[in-house]
Amino acid sequence: MDNTGIIAMVSIIVAGLTTTLGSIGPAIAEGRAVVQALASLAQQPDESNTITRTLFVGLAMIESTAIYCFVISMILIFGNPFWQHITGQ
Amino acid sequence: MNDMPISTDEIVLWQFGWLKLNATILYTWVAMAVLIVTSIWLRRELSSKTRISKMQCIAEIIMDSIRQQIGNVSGKDPIRFVPFIATMFLLIATASLLGVVPGYIPPTASFSTTLALAFCVFIAVPIFGIQDRGVGPYLAQYLKPTWLMLPFNLVAELSRTFALAVRLYGNMMSGAVIGAVLLLITPLFIPVLMQILGLITGMIQAYIFSILAMVYIASALSERPNPSFANQTDVSVNERVDKVSTSESAAAKGN
Repeated sequence: MDNTGIIAMVSIIVAGLTTTLGSIGPAIAEGRAVVQALASLAQQPDESNTITRTLFVGLAMIESTAIYCFVISMILIFGNPFWQHITGQ
Repeated sequence: MNDMPISTDEIVLWQFGWLKLNATILYTWVAMAVLIVTSIWLRRELSSKTRISKMQCIAEIIMDSIRQQIGNVSGKDPIRFVPFIATMFLLIATASLLGVVPGYIPPTASFSTTLALAFCVFIAVPIFGIQDRGVGPYLAQYLKPTWLMLPFNLVAELSRTFALAVRLYGNMMSGAVIGAVLLLITPLFIPVLMQILGLITGMIQAYIFSILAMVYIASALSERPNPSFANQTDVSVNERVDKVSTSESAAAKGN
């Protein structure tokens, strides 16, 4: 297999793996965060403003790891620098 | 391989020498025009009487909740931060809401826009910090807890700015890309559902971007939260919620 084929194959496989592994972790983490927030909301409904705001900020922080993985797989598929180097675009 | 344009930066509409007008700038101008025209139209019917117009009521609700949120996060008088934070919130929210218009791609789906917005936050943090506690104390907080942490603090400052930009960009871009991919597989109905989901995502991202910007700014301020501004405006809402919940629980007990 020549270089072009190897680069294309590795890019596609790694792009899939990146999104897969990168969404499993944040999904578990977000689930745990929401469970805890719901439990706190049930215990202290008065603090719903603070809990909701902190939950949103925390979810954004957790979710950004998934977003990084997504951006990397998008780069691997649509804007791969190695592929562009080989094909001379 | 590059048949799907990954960013609106590459669509150049008009070029004069080094001056380029790409689709991102044009779409930003559209969002700005919507905001400006709405404000001018709104200003004509402002009144301080008891009966106010619907538009003024909506605008007051939006501004009041932004002020409440900023007051809650910073624990200080929110009026200093409202112009900066609310501008970014309104721009991002308008841009993502305009995404339902066919042909309009939110400018926040381009990395240059989000990086520029995050750079504004990056500049605003030291400005507000120095304004609040002076040059010396502001710079001294980079040496806390020990001077060994100085490089980590500096890297943290840069990386959180970058994370702010990538978060907004990734969320908005993923909506556009998923819509395009689903159009190829299942046309007509499913992309509409994803558009609706994209509306929610856009609003949440606008909220998160401005809240995080406020959290970053608040971390540079002095640690003397004024308790009168934290939860100050929420009291009436909380009391109402309390009344409702107590009446509900009383009803539940009665049953």
